[in-house]
Amino acid sequence: MFGTQLIDEYARHIPDEKQASVLNGASAGTEKRYQVLHKDYADPDALRRLAGSIKDHTLHHLGDYLTQAEQALTARGVQVHFAETDADARQTILGILRDHQVTRLTKSKSMAAEEIHLNPFLIENGVECLESDLGEFIIQLDNDIPSHIVKPIIHKNRREIANTFLREGVAADYNDDPQTITRRARVFLRKKYMDAQACITGANFLCADSGRMVVVTNEGNSRFGMAPVPLHIALIGIEKIIPCEQDLAVFLNLLGRSATGQQLTVYTEFINGTRSANQPDGPEHMHVVFLDNGRSNVLASNCREILRCIRCGACQNVCPIYRQASGHAYRSPYGGPIGAVLSPLLFGERFPEFADLPKASTLCGACNEVCPVNIPIPDLLLRLRDKAKRASIHSPAAIPMAPFATLATMPSLWRGAMTLSKAMNHLPIQVTPIKPVQNWFGQRTLPPSKGGDFRKWMKARRRAQQKS
Amino acid sequence: MSRAAILRKIESATSALQSKAARPDYDAAITHSASKLTGTDLLEVFSRNLQAVNGRIMRSVAELADFLTSNNLRHGYCDPALYEHIGAPLAAAGLTVETAYDRSRYDDYQFGITRASGAIAESGTLILDDVHTSRRLAALSPWVHVAVLDKAGIHRTIADALTAMGDSPNIIWVTGPSKTADVEGILIEGVHGPGEQIALVL
Repeated sequence: MFGTQLIDEYARHIPDEKQASVLNGASAGTEKRYQVLHKDYADPDALRRLAGSIKDHTLHHLGDYLTQAEQALTARGVQVHFAETDADARQTILGILRDHQVTRLTKSKSMAAEEIHLNPFLIENGVECLESDLGEFIIQLDNDIPSHIVKPIIHKNRREIANTFLREGVAADYNDDPQTITRRARVFLRKKYMDAQACITGANFLCADSGRMVVVTNEGNSRFGMAPVPLHIALIGIEKIIPCEQDLAVFLNLLGRSATGQQLTVYTEFINGTRSANQPDGPEHMHVVFLDNGRSNVLASNCREILRCIRCGACQNVCPIYRQASGHAYRSPYGGPIGAVLSPLLFGERFPEFADLPKASTLCGACNEVCPVNIPIPDLLLRLRDKAKRASIHSPAAIPMAPFATLATMPSLWRGAMTLSKAMNHLPIQVTPIKPVQNWFGQRTLPPSKGGDFRKWMKARRRAQQKS
Repeated sequence: MSRAAILRKIESATSALQSKAARPDYDAAITHSASKLTGTDLLEVFSRNLQAVNGRIMRSVAELADFLTSNNLRHGYCDPALYEHIGAPLAAAGLTVETAYDRSRYDDYQFGITRASGAIAESGTLILDDVHTSRRLAALSPWVHVAVLDKAGIHRTIADALTAMGDSPNIIWVTGPSKTADVEGILIEGVHGPGEQIALVL
């Protein structure tokens, strides 16, 4: 209770303005999601459970589905690559770009690409790699990192963005009207699309039966990125596979509603090959890079349910810790509850570095309730806490919690403590000279202790029951 | 090398599972949005849901000509196959209509008229595919995209549309105008793609 973990430290120093942006954005997302799901479905939970069980089935048979998808893609002239690590994926993509003499490209938003730090790598290697999603574009201009899965700039306000546009020469003058900001990005980016030589995307789903990948955007940036260029590279996590196209009715209906409160995202593009012979626009060459980067290890772990995730961000929006701490506090592209589970698992040998994240939760269960694929996130957080404990990773809470643990296992001691706790109501504990105690009370107020009241009530109730 | 290693790791992870989840058997009806599907006339359902996402429905070329001229959108592209019935009447109404899209002048086109291969009533979605849509860019770069839709191509539900995907290598579902809420959650239309999405049903 007196120690400080990295995530607490971050949350303590977050500027008020940033925290307000995150809190407002996240709360609005939760509200919209709830309304649209419950308006359209009598029992949205049935749909969430179904989606979870389709994903579980796929993951339990992942080898079969992955090879089926590979065959379907290969049969349609798509070149398929496999990348075991982040470095493999970066090298594979750079190799493809060099084969095609690509020096400039646009990239549509991809969490997998964030995860392997593709942008900085390509830029270091002489490839101009421009993010085309409005939020990601602004992140790139600011040399910042996204703080939310679907709303990357949830932590920024219009004034910061207007200043960025002015500073980076996207705009000639300061204007913080959101419509003007958007129009300026439109003008700037379409020149880049037309001038690019390739487009890199992620994928939201990949259907094993047809090899069709699904890429969804609201802005139309991936569509525009791909239309004028001869080369498309899709970086796809191996857990993105679903058995067949019909299953998309379940997933697309849940993804739009969970992510942004929309029935469907505006542009839902299905791709399993290069452009048709009669079509003048679109890539002539297409590559798919399947990314493992720790996913097969997660599949072997007791937290494999996290691989069901479809990256909607609903758990981030609803999480009381995320809302206060922001996504950056989680120190990976994945913030919030999903990140608290995924980061310690995915970055295997760096587990100790992320072992505080599973503790950054009140286990309130809201993340599980909103999850479109019904991931039991609180259970997984507990399993990871257990893992940290077994690995003897230092926990700042371990020392102060030790007396509590003793107390909680000895009924007579507990009774005494309950009675004594009432005395604390009359003690000016906030002004104690002990520094950590002062810090702790600096941010919290304790409700008056009602020590023992519940036990009294319970006893009275038992007696009443025995009489009747 | 990576391929074999990944598949080996997956195999070892999944073969260790005590029980494997069966593929769930379900009725597509579980995915239907009851509130969106009221009504029996598919065009009516489609129009209502398209308007709900800020798309427009038009029933005649005259209506389209009015909209374009009153918004001062005077220069555009029309799929050559649609020129006779749509492009020519617009040209007669004083608009400049090209049947070739020159990508070096992508900003000259204020409207683009292409065919849709179908639509989805449940969501107000237009379906474009590589075979029916003459140019991807002409449906994307202009401020106004007009998708010419045959009433017979309207699917009732998203699930129905998925069972009739066909084998085009590129299909896109378009549900309203291009939009974003990245800046402070405020909805802005016309980010990279059209700010106006029109379905023209003749």
